Amino acid sequence: MRSLGKYVIFMGSLFTRRETFNTYIRLITQECINVGYNSLFIVGIVSIFMGAVTTIQTAFNLVSPFIPDYVISLVVRDMAILELSPTIIAIIFAGKVGSSIAGELGTMRITEQIDALEVMGINASSYLVLPKVIACVIMYPMLVILSIFLILLGGYFAGTLTGILSSIDYLYGIRYEFIEFNITFAVIKALVFSFLIASISSYKGFFTTGGSLEVGKASTSAVTNSCIAVLLADYALAQLLMG
Amino acid sequence: MIKINNISKSFKGKQVLFDISGTFFKGKNNLIIGSSGTGKSVLLKNIVGLITPDLGDVKYNERSFINGSEQDRKQIRREIGMLFQGSALFDSKNIEENVKFPLDILTDFPEDEKIDRVNFCLERVGLVNINKKMPSEISGGMKKRVGIARAIVNKPNYLFCDEPNSGLDPQTGIKIDNLIKEITSEYLITTIIVTHDMNSVIEMGDHIMFLLEGKKLWEGTNDEITKSDLKELNDFVFATQLMKRMHLR
Repeated sequence: MRSLGKYVIFMGSLFTRRETFNTYIRLITQECINVGYNSLFIVGIVSIFMGAVTTIQTAFNLVSPFIPDYVISLVVRDMAILELSPTIIAIIFAGKVGSSIAGELGTMRITEQIDALEVMGINASSYLVLPKVIACVIMYPMLVILSIFLILLGGYFAGTLTGILSSIDYLYGIRYEFIEFNITFAVIKALVFSFLIASISSYKGFFTTGGSLEVGKASTSAVTNSCIAVLLADYALAQLLMG
Repeated sequence: MIKINNISKSFKGKQVLFDISGTFFKGKNNLIIGSSGTGKSVLLKNIVGLITPDLGDVKYNERSFINGSEQDRKQIRREIGMLFQGSALFDSKNIEENVKFPLDILTDFPEDEKIDRVNFCLERVGLVNINKKMPSEISGGMKKRVGIARAIVNKPNYLFCDEPNSGLDPQTGIKIDNLIKEITSEYLITTIIVTHDMNSVIEMGDHIMFLLEGKKLWEGTNDEITKSDLKELNDFVFATQLMKRMHLR
């Protein structure tokens, strides 16, 4: 409970003694490149293969001749939008960006760089953490949308090139009974997950004490806690918005 | 001038500083000395506001830093420059950006003016043509110099140095000490230096405060320090063979 209280106070401190608007624009742009652009490769690779594997495994399990082929791509589509892209990519995102945020802030803490900012009269939490949180909240939903597209693309190639289903069936399936709200749901999840990952990782890094060993522990702890928070939020959102 | 009144601080029930009062004078090198773990750095962090004392006050030219308004604290912070033990240069910024950083944040000078000021400060600390290097590409002594350049770039009224020559060879350490000494008299600022290096004490200790186990035991100048009768102080001052021999002469 004490950690939760400290986390809430830390979040509140992001919005006090702020710097100028232009300063934040510059920092947020830089962070968007760090967390978004630099994650494109890993998100792309993981998404394409998830799409391919999901298509093959769905086809393998749908053995009844009464189930039309286009159901395979329909299942892939709904899995991608509802779970694979927002949640599984969030776990990847926590591993890549969360550990990087915790490591960076932890190193800044133990090498007194955060103290140097405070001595200059800068609110270090607002200056360092707020741009990271905002950048994650901006970039992660975009990565999720991209991931959905790449999963469907990966599934398309795996399905059509191996002869599991035809191109026409695949495209018919991904359009069949499409529910627009699912995309809204995926974006809501992405917004919540990105906030959790960025804020928890920042919190873990910002309050690191000790030396390089503790920075490593903070990074690990950031990823573990972010993943748990994402999974809990995943369940809560599913219950709230779809239950 | 900086006055500290009855500063006390404890962490998790363990008291680290006990009722410390004193004055640090303008244009002088004010040293806080003592063995490792005696509370020197904690006292310095209380003075610059990185830690809030449990009791007591810190006054910068009669302006209260602890009990003053947020606006007062902001103004005082603009007048502070600090050199950290590990230099605390920002890893992601090059040397020029590191030194320019306080100007970017605290002033609205035109970019040309900022660059001129950065170059002036880097030259002042004896560094040229390193503007575009990263902190990881320069030596420990150079990092300290860059740290000093960053500390003085916004023309501070107060300069704080936490063990400025730790981790440096004796020659480089003396150069850093001399640089701080020159800057203090040149800009007529109040400088507070935390150190346990006796060479620094003898070289630059205009006014010295000796701490032991979180308590202030002695205050005086570098001339007086070797003549004191205080046993704890003598144990600290004459801990090395070199100091003992110098004293016997």
